[in-house]
Parts: sequence; structure tokens; C-alpha cells
Amino acid sequence: MLYREAGDFKTSYAEDNQTFPIKFDRWRYWFVLAVAYLVIPFMINDYWANAIFVPFLIYAIAAIGLNILTGYCGQVSLGTGGFMAVGAYACYKLMTAFPEVNIIVHVILSGGITAAVGAAFGLPSLRIKGFYLAVATLAAQFFLVWLFNKVAWFYNYSASGQISAPERFVGGVAVTGPNTEAWAKYMICLVFVTICAIIARNLTRGTIGRTWMAIRDMDIAAEIIGVNPLKAKLLAFAVSSFFIGIAGALFFAVYLGAVEVGEAFGIQKSFLVLFMVIIGGLGSVFGSFAGAAFLVVLPVALKLIGVDLLGWPTDLVSHFQLVIIGALIMFFLIKEPHGLAQLWRLAKEKLRLWPFPY
Amino acid sequence: MSTDFLYLVEVLINGLMAGVMYSLVALGFVLIFKASGIFNYAQGVMALFAALTLAGVMEGQVPFAHLINAVFGTEIHHFGWHVPALLAILLTVGVMVIFAWAVQRFVFRHLVGQEPIILFMATIGLAYFLEGVGDLMWGSDIKTLALGLPQGGSRWIEDMTAGMGGDDFYGFFIDKLDMVATVVAIILVASLIAFSQYTKHGRAMRAVADDHQAALSVGISLNFIWILVWSLAGFVALVAGIMWGAKSGVQFSLSLIALKALPVLMLGGFTSIPGAIVGGLIIGVGEKLFEFSVGPLIGGATENWFAYVLALVVLVFRPQGLFGEKIIERV
Repeated sequence: MLYREAGDFKTSYAEDNQTFPIKFDRWRYWFVLAVAYLVIPFMINDYWANAIFVPFLIYAIAAIGLNILTGYCGQVSLGTGGFMAVGAYACYKLMTAFPEVNIIVHVILSGGITAAVGAAFGLPSLRIKGFYLAVATLAAQFFLVWLFNKVAWFYNYSASGQISAPERFVGGVAVTGPNTEAWAKYMICLVFVTICAIIARNLTRGTIGRTWMAIRDMDIAAEIIGVNPLKAKLLAFAVSSFFIGIAGALFFAVYLGAVEVGEAFGIQKSFLVLFMVIIGGLGSVFGSFAGAAFLVVLPVALKLIGVDLLGWPTDLVSHFQLVIIGALIMFFLIKEPHGLAQLWRLAKEKLRLWPFPY
Repeated sequence: MSTDFLYLVEVLINGLMAGVMYSLVALGFVLIFKASGIFNYAQGVMALFAALTLAGVMEGQVPFAHLINAVFGTEIHHFGWHVPALLAILLTVGVMVIFAWAVQRFVFRHLVGQEPIILFMATIGLAYFLEGVGDLMWGSDIKTLALGLPQGGSRWIEDMTAGMGGDDFYGFFIDKLDMVATVVAIILVASLIAFSQYTKHGRAMRAVADDHQAALSVGISLNFIWILVWSLAGFVALVAGIMWGAKSGVQFSLSLIALKALPVLMLGGFTSIPGAIVGGLIIGVGEKLFEFSVGPLIGGATENWFAYVLALVVLVFRPQGLFGEKIIERV
């Protein structure tokens, strides 16, 4: 009854073009934002921040990034882990080289550096398509991880080969380093997620997003109607890598604090983010959030049930986790190949007709 | 002959042998991709699973022992018998056939007509699933495959070739296991080719690879062919699993050989069996040569990425790989 366009009259073009045309959606949007900004920071503790909220927010940024490339522009990428590593190492180098500059500037700059690297690795996409491209992006993954492992300059010649984030402040509050409080970690990630999501949403529903979708649906046809594939594809790679780089920088600086590249940004990470995008829904910003939430919460929940409730040994539970994640992925693909976002869309359709479906 | 040159030859030979091992894995990919258009990421995990099953059956392990113990509080782990190698291999082939049927029946039958990327994602899910099941069934500790395959360098070749170089040249070091793998790979490819050329089901398989609808219309059962192909891929995975498992023990890292096979596929083309072989050889040799000549200059361990970069460079000039079918795009 509440979920209707009827009676919600638009009197200006701005209103007609807004992101959420239905009033209820707008309320919901503001409500979620209010809870996220005004309620959760006061309730959060270290466990919730480290186990759920911070990884969820960071993976959501990475998933939005990959969704732009794979969901909107149709270029499958398995190099996400490598690009996250670029973001992390760029952030580390900037943090140690210019300690007086604000960390927020560093994170954004590392996004920019990753965008440049991503565009460079996107160049082959003009010739190579489909699976060949997916496998080609693995070249980026392996090469970048190897590079950060072997070239000591990237980790400032530290003996362990690890990078660890020095303490940095935003407005007098520590956001990186060992003394960071849970709510500070949460807030800085939340601010980045909000801005990234708004940018992504508005990019994808404008001209740029439409050229990407034209390329995704059929690149030759898109070229014929005047889309420049070079520009569109490279832009998609750059924008996508920008987001992924920010996610990598936050993942290193705020979430983990210390990182060993092969472990934190290996091929498994690429697959994890790809799963988030697929389970959440290709070509949907909401889907990126849903997928990230699902795959962050699932292992935590399984561990709670298996280890704490049933008292099974941890290794057994971790094997079960593999089985269940694998089975769930297949189940989702069979039942709903368009992901959680499609379920959400269907629910909204139903809601609009409720309670008189005919 | 100078010692350097002889070392180079040794690197070349070892590269060729390593390439054969890559080709073994790549073959399974090509079989499934040709027949069903599914890019089967789970091929590496299938090799792991097959090797685990073989080792478990031979040892007489109780499947799911760990789980049963955790749930019922029992203390079982072995049946207390040892199965001879040949019988165990037959049993494992049986398990792989059942696996093929289950995959077809419960997963890919429901995904017919989906986009390739969805199918690919499903195989990644399958890889996770199978890895978990393998660990649950047989435990995650490292196992050795006691099949009696020869191990270590070949003394005979070393002695034969020792006299060729100077005083500091001790002859070629060639792993006996690699030689066995080469012979096995040759037999495997020959029998696969014979199967697809001269038997009824082999021809049907090629027909399906060529055109699904045409194959259906002459009365070939797609379902049966797909099960057949997955079984064949399971068999190839078993062979690859035996070879790699004998080399480095049956453990989780075995499933990562899939990542070694991907550049081979790219280079050779996803749709070509000779491509898988030639691609494997080129990658094997290229990788070893690069590590031998350039590796020391830039810090070593280049084998992780060199294959991908090499394949990438080739793809820029030939987007369908060396032997792949020409990609024709129509609007």
C-alpha cells in the first residue's frame, strides 16, 4: 500500500530523474543512512567491527568496482586481488613518503594510481574477449603479486617483506594503527562506501554507464551506433580499478593494519569478490552490497553454528564451509542467475501490486 | 660442446617434460569446453579429488571418518585392508563416473542455455564444493601415492651424457617420473584421438562439439554425451592427479595446477586438443628458459606469472590462441 508511484507527482525534471522514484524507497534510503551513521557507530564494538562491518564495507567497495567492469561493461576480470594489492602498496608508499598529508588524500590517490595500472592492464581487452580476457587478467594478478613480493622498494626494504600501516589521524582521531577504535574504523570505511556508491550509481545511469552497457550487450553493434570501444572499455577498467584500489588501500590501512601480499591479495581474493558480484547480481549497485554482506556474514555464521554450537573441530567446520559455499553458489546460479538483486527487484514488483496482484 | 650450451639443452628437455604435465591438465579443460562450452575451472580440483580418492581407497580409509567421529563420538579411520593399485584405479574411475553423472544431473542440466560466464561461475562453485567434499571424505593431511612409479633422476641418462661436456658437467638430470608422464601423456592423447575418430560415441562426441542442435536432430543424446565427456575429463584428471600427486604428494596445492593449465589453454586455444599439447610444451620450455636466463636478474620465481604474460602477448596477435577456431563475430 505504501509502495506506489501513484499519487507521487513529479513537478520538475530533477524530481523525475532522481535515483529513487518511489517515495518509500527514498525513506528507506534515508533510514538506512541514518542507522548506519547515527546508530551503529555508538553500538559497535571491536568484534562486530572486525568480523562483520569493516570487511563488509570494504568488500562492498571492491564489489562495486568489479561490478562496473564485469556487470556493466561485460569484461570479466580475475585480477581484483592484484589491483587491491596495488591500492594497498600505493597507500603504504604514500603514507610513509608523505606522513604529513591526510590519509584520506592518500587513499584517494592510491585509487588514482590503481586506475592507471588497471587501464594499462585493460589495454588487451580491445583485442581479447570473453574467457580469453578473463584468463588474461590473471596475468595482472600473478604479475602484480610477484612484483610486490620481489621488489623491496615497495615494502621499504623491511626485513619481513610485510607492510604495516603507521598511525594516522583524521581530525585528531586515529583511523589506522593499533590504537584505532572500532567506531573510527567503521566510520572512515562508511564514508568511503557512501561516496563510492553514490558516484557509481550516478555514473552507471548516465551517458557513461549507457555506453558501458552497450559494449556489454554487443560490442560491435555498440561501435556501429557510435560508441568508442577504446574509450568505453579503458574508462571502465580505470573507474573499476579506482574503486578496487580504494578498497585495497582501506583493506590494508584500516582493516588489517599489516599485510603480506600473497596471503591478503592472492587469487582467492579475486574469486571472492567475483562471487560477491555474481551472487549479489551483475549490473546492480545494490547487488554489490548484498553479495558482500552475504559472503562476509556466511563464514562467520557457519563458524558460530559449527564450532560454538555443535562443538565440532575447526578444520572440519572449515571444510564444511567450502562445501556449503560451493553448493550455495551453484544453487544460486541455478535458481536465480541474476543474483540477490533480482530477488529484490521481484519483491519490489510484488510489493507494488500488493495486496491486489491483478 | 660448451657446458653452457649443455645446460641450456638440459633446461629445454626439462621444460618439455614440465610442459607435458601442464598439457595433461589442459586436456581435460579442452574436452569439456569443446563438447559443452563450459569452461571447467574445477578441473584442477577434480585431479586433486581423484588422487585423494585413489590414495584413500588404496589405504583402506573409511570415507568421512573425521565427520563420523565428530558426530557419533566414534574412533574409526581405517577398514584395515589394502586395495591393490589396479583395482583402486578402477574404483576411482567408477567414482569419477558417478561424479560426472551427478554434476550433469544436479547442476549443469539446470543451467543449459545460460550465459558462459554463469556456467564458469558454477564450475568455480563446483571446485569449492568438491574441495570441501574431498577434505571431508579423506582428511586434509598430505598423502603419498604408493603406485610404484619411479622417482628421482635417471642415473642411466646422467652417466651416458656425463662425458659430453667439460670436467664440471655431470650429465643431464632428468626426472624418471617426468619421462613416465611423457609416455603416459602420449598414450592418453593417442587413445583419446582413436576414441573420438573410430568409435560411435567418439563420433557422437565430436558431432555435439560441432553443433548441438544438429547433433540432437540426428538422435544423439546430449545428456549422455555430456556425462561421457565429464567422465573422460574425470579420467584425464585422475591421470594428471596420479602424475602430479606422485611428484609432490597429494595435497591441496594439487588443485592449483588448474592455474598452470590456464595459460596453456589460452596459448593453444580453448577448443583444440593439439593446441593443449603444443601450448603446454611452449609454456613449459618458455617458462624454464626465462627462469634460466632472465630469472636471476630480476629476483627469480618468475614461473608464477611468465606463462600468463607469454600467453597474453600471443593473444594480442592471435585472439583465439594458436590453434583455436577463428572467432567470427556477427551482428
